[in-house]
Amino acid sequence: MTLPLPVKIVGAAVAVAMLACVPLVADGYRLSLAIGLLNYTVLATAWALFSGPTRYVSLATVAFFGIGVYTVAVLGEVLAWPLVLLIALGIGVVLALIIGLSTLRLSGVYFVIFTFGLAELVRQLVTWFEVNKTRTLGRYVFVDITTDQIYWQLLALAVMVFAAGLLIRRSRLGLALRVIGDDETVARHVGINVTAAKVALFMLSAAFMTLCGAVMAPRWSYIDPAIAFNPVTSFQVLIMALLGGVHRLYGPVLGVVPLTLLFEFLLANFPNHFSILIGIAFMLIVYAIPNGIAGLAEKLWARVKGARP
Amino acid sequence: MTRRFRILAAALAVGLAGTLSLAASNQALAQDKIKIGYAISKTGPNAGGANITQIPNYQLWFKELNDKGGLMIGGKRVPIEVIEYDDRSNSEEAVRAVERLITQDKVDLLLPPWGTGLNLAVGPVFNKYGYPQLTFSAVTDQAPALVKRWPNSFWFLGTSVQYINALVDLLSKQQKAGKINGTVAMISVADGFGIDLSKAARDGLGKAGFKLAMDKSYPVGTQDMSPMISEAQRSGADTFIAFSYPPDTVAINDQAKVASFAPKVMFTGVGTGFPLFPQRFGANVEGIMSLGGWNPNNAGTAEYRKKHVAMHSRDPDYWGSQLGYVSLQMLEQAVERVGKIDRAAIVKELQTGTFDTVLGKIKLVDNMPPKGTYAYIGQWQNGFFTGIAPDGANMKPMVIPKPAWK
Repeated sequence: MTLPLPVKIVGAAVAVAMLACVPLVADGYRLSLAIGLLNYTVLATAWALFSGPTRYVSLATVAFFGIGVYTVAVLGEVLAWPLVLLIALGIGVVLALIIGLSTLRLSGVYFVIFTFGLAELVRQLVTWFEVNKTRTLGRYVFVDITTDQIYWQLLALAVMVFAAGLLIRRSRLGLALRVIGDDETVARHVGINVTAAKVALFMLSAAFMTLCGAVMAPRWSYIDPAIAFNPVTSFQVLIMALLGGVHRLYGPVLGVVPLTLLFEFLLANFPNHFSILIGIAFMLIVYAIPNGIAGLAEKLWARVKGARP
Repeated sequence: MTRRFRILAAALAVGLAGTLSLAASNQALAQDKIKIGYAISKTGPNAGGANITQIPNYQLWFKELNDKGGLMIGGKRVPIEVIEYDDRSNSEEAVRAVERLITQDKVDLLLPPWGTGLNLAVGPVFNKYGYPQLTFSAVTDQAPALVKRWPNSFWFLGTSVQYINALVDLLSKQQKAGKINGTVAMISVADGFGIDLSKAARDGLGKAGFKLAMDKSYPVGTQDMSPMISEAQRSGADTFIAFSYPPDTVAINDQAKVASFAPKVMFTGVGTGFPLFPQRFGANVEGIMSLGGWNPNNAGTAEYRKKHVAMHSRDPDYWGSQLGYVSLQMLEQAVERVGKIDRAAIVKELQTGTFDTVLGKIKLVDNMPPKGTYAYIGQWQNGFFTGIAPDGANMKPMVIPKPAWK
């Protein structure tokens, strides 16, 4: 299990290089499946960056994702692409800062409800602005970005999310967050600046979500608030991350891959019974694997190791 | 490590062999059936519209094709196979479902999803693979620009400006004849449809010299229409226009009835031409105007309606439905004339050919039905939602004023 660091790095680099070749060999459908996988990998891992250690369940994913999408819708045809991404990033981070400072004092179910309301609030604000000021609802995004490029950008984003996660875990911030997650009062008493730590992480997580939205936007050519701020995205990210397990950095991916494939399988084979089947699947997941796949795998691994002489 | 590698290599080899043999078997297959695929919103917010305007027409067309024994290709009938997916009213799902239909299911023909947003979302994919996209539930002023970008796309419902121009012409004529005053009260739903049309109406009415005594938008899902109806009532406008969605359309008419608000011209949005509208309001529908409308003397329309009712036990809606059926008839004829599944040739035929449809002979201009093919504005007259504009041979005169509520 424990390999030396250079081997790990080389292994990761090889894996990324292989993934980067996917657009060269995959057909349109497989590529779009891969894009779906990467999209949710970035979102779920970014979600777990914040929610894993702090145990704050956030439903604001789509608020940031949607802001990224909308930034591209508004500026995509006006400015150069890297600049658009930077602006999206800036808006997402500033919004996360404001929200973080004003709400991270809430905890438990209050925080969940607030974040859900937040996504809805951002959607209504955008709608109000578009209806009353710009008088267009629904914007056309015609940016010259190919599907392959979207894939590569998402892959780069996924690499960055994992790198960020690894670095944080090894830093003082990571340690502070684990203490906060276990007991916030104790953390405060040992002199950790709880608010600063939480807000910093919230901003980082939001940054990735916003960028993810910006990268995905050119796929749809038409965007309105209902498309950009679809609450289903938030729930799906939450479920995938929980299924995978949030206490490990690689946990969410273990949820993203099976669930995306399951959605795909159900939609392709049972288009008329999708909602019922997915509901049953969720219930099974919650009852059967409460600690996620990562937790289950560790338990099994421990058992295998224990059985050995 | 080496063992794992060997397993991986073996798996890859098997996969590769499988793909190759699949490709080979596909080529070996003669055209013994035509696969028709579509992804549509069977769940989510778009499901209502898809179920009224779109899916029943697909089913009707499939049934007719099956009864005939399939599409006539190269002198013989080739049976059809239908593949249907649910896009869950979600753009990303729609894109992926269409890609799945093309690259996995290898469908020969694709039918469009429901609504402006989803049709635009899948537009690039239809275009990339060269499939004709005959939309009939999307109204967008971008249509002419989209046709340039995607020459394989067809926009049967046209642009919002075309509807507004027809409506403003009607109103101007009534005003010149002294039947209505120069003020208009307008409300619109704060969503793509309401915003596009109210924007076009603001320009069009302004140019024609009308004054907007009221111009309000309301959020999707608004249930209480009484404040807006009473404001419209107080505004002194003879013309009331609402660019509304089906639930609001019903609520607005309900409230107008309660408040005895009967302007000389009453125009409400989507849903006015739905079968449920006369069921709910009975004889009170007389004089109410909206988008769409049929020619009461057209035998083709009457026959289409009969077939639709026989299969689904309900009327089609009076706007998009018939055009949807027309688009399917045109697709069928284009495929049969080309005589094989050559999608580039089918697109070309759709662009340039003349087709026999329930609306008579149609030749598209810039991938859209030319003005006069169908009614843009209709009015309930004697229990029939009758086309009254734009000016043309098949249009009936407008009835004014709208009778009082009973």
